[in-house]
Amino acid sequence: MTDQKDFVQIRHAQKAFGKLEVLKDISLNVERGQIVAIIGPSGSGKSTLLRAINDLDPLTGGEILLDGVQVNKTLPHRQYEKHINEMRQQIGMVFQHFNLFPHLTARENVTMAPKMLKGLSTEEADALAEEQLDKVGMLERIDYYPSQLSGGQKQRVAIARAFAMRPKLMLFDEATSALDPELVDEVNQVMKTLAEEHMTMIIVTHEMDFAAAVCDRVLFMDQGVVVEEGPPEVVFRNPTQERTREFLRKHLAGAK
Amino acid sequence: MGLDFSVVPQYLDIILLGCAWTIGITLAAAVLSFFGRIIFAVIALYTPWVIRQPFRLIAWVFMGTPLLLQLFLIYFGLVQIGIDLPAFLAGIIGLGLHFAVYNSELIQTAILSVDKGQMEAARTVGLSRGQALRKVVIPQAVRSVIPPIGNNMIALLKDSALVSVIGVSELTLSAQRVIGRTYRPFEFYLMAAAFYYVINLGMEWVLRKIERRISLSR
Repeated sequence: MTDQKDFVQIRHAQKAFGKLEVLKDISLNVERGQIVAIIGPSGSGKSTLLRAINDLDPLTGGEILLDGVQVNKTLPHRQYEKHINEMRQQIGMVFQHFNLFPHLTARENVTMAPKMLKGLSTEEADALAEEQLDKVGMLERIDYYPSQLSGGQKQRVAIARAFAMRPKLMLFDEATSALDPELVDEVNQVMKTLAEEHMTMIIVTHEMDFAAAVCDRVLFMDQGVVVEEGPPEVVFRNPTQERTREFLRKHLAGAK
Repeated sequence: MGLDFSVVPQYLDIILLGCAWTIGITLAAAVLSFFGRIIFAVIALYTPWVIRQPFRLIAWVFMGTPLLLQLFLIYFGLVQIGIDLPAFLAGIIGLGLHFAVYNSELIQTAILSVDKGQMEAARTVGLSRGQALRKVVIPQAVRSVIPPIGNNMIALLKDSALVSVIGVSELTLSAQRVIGRTYRPFEFYLMAAAFYYVINLGMEWVLRKIERRISLSR
């Protein structure tokens, strides 16, 4: 166990595709129970940073630690695979396009990994699915296939799926960007519930209102660097950097 | 000498037994080819060169030579190296492998066209690559190729007549045997054709049911 303050540590994260540097020496600590929003224009590297945390997009330099354990360790292939699968069980992720398994019902989407990886019996897994789907308000649709659900419903099931592994950390990669405007709120509500339970979350988002309302800290990224960070009331109301001001001006004007 | 269908009923039992063999061999070969295809596709996509290449050679041999010759090789040829298969088994293996390699590329393409977000989502909950393939990617790929595989089964049914040449008493050979006794080729070949058609209709009906069943889960 580490100090609560260093629950998630990103140290000198770098990512380059050939000559193109997507992340330039980013460091960030997240406290246990904290909710951090990452905002910024597209191409700023915010999704890449998020996807580096569970090694979907491996870094080319730097370290990521979760609760004192390095996620992106250098290990021989087999050992590394075992290590990363264990780490990923502790890191839930929610995607922009939901990525629910279309051949499985909501229930099966939630129970698959706990059954396979934690050896839950069918009864235990069903109880878990009911608990998790109830929490996101999807219990009535437990035996529906994704093709029978709306976008917002799919995303809620996807959150339940991630949560069923009882992760220590949740990552949200533009979880509401692909949704019709009227469906955004139901997903935001679920995320707020998680926030009230003090789940540690890192959220990449375009929704400034939501970030302002829910998050403890906001990071503004541009061109692979963190331009500005602080509590939402400071970053949104009194940004110190010109680039932040410009982004917010465009973004808030566009949103209204 | 005109047509006379009055002799048909007394030989119906032989013809029906032939139908049963035809259905049995077709289904067994279909199952073999179904799993064979998946195995070939996974080997082609995910194994290193030293494993992949020999399988490619086998696939090439099966694709590039006549099925009839393959059946002769499996049934008559393998005996010489001590593998003495019963005719029906040789037939099932020949048909099954032939159809497996013939369309394994179909599954390869289907596997590659499963959205890459599916693999990512499976990996992020902690599944290994193999587990993700088995539980997430391949089931979706297989669902997407059910309609073309269904068409394939109809071709397989028709090609099952070829196993008559190695002495399996399926529908075609049964008809021939009856004709040998009655000298009424037109009646009995026509009847065999009718039975193939009926079996075909039955298979299409089942396939349509399956397709409807999986349409939700795609």
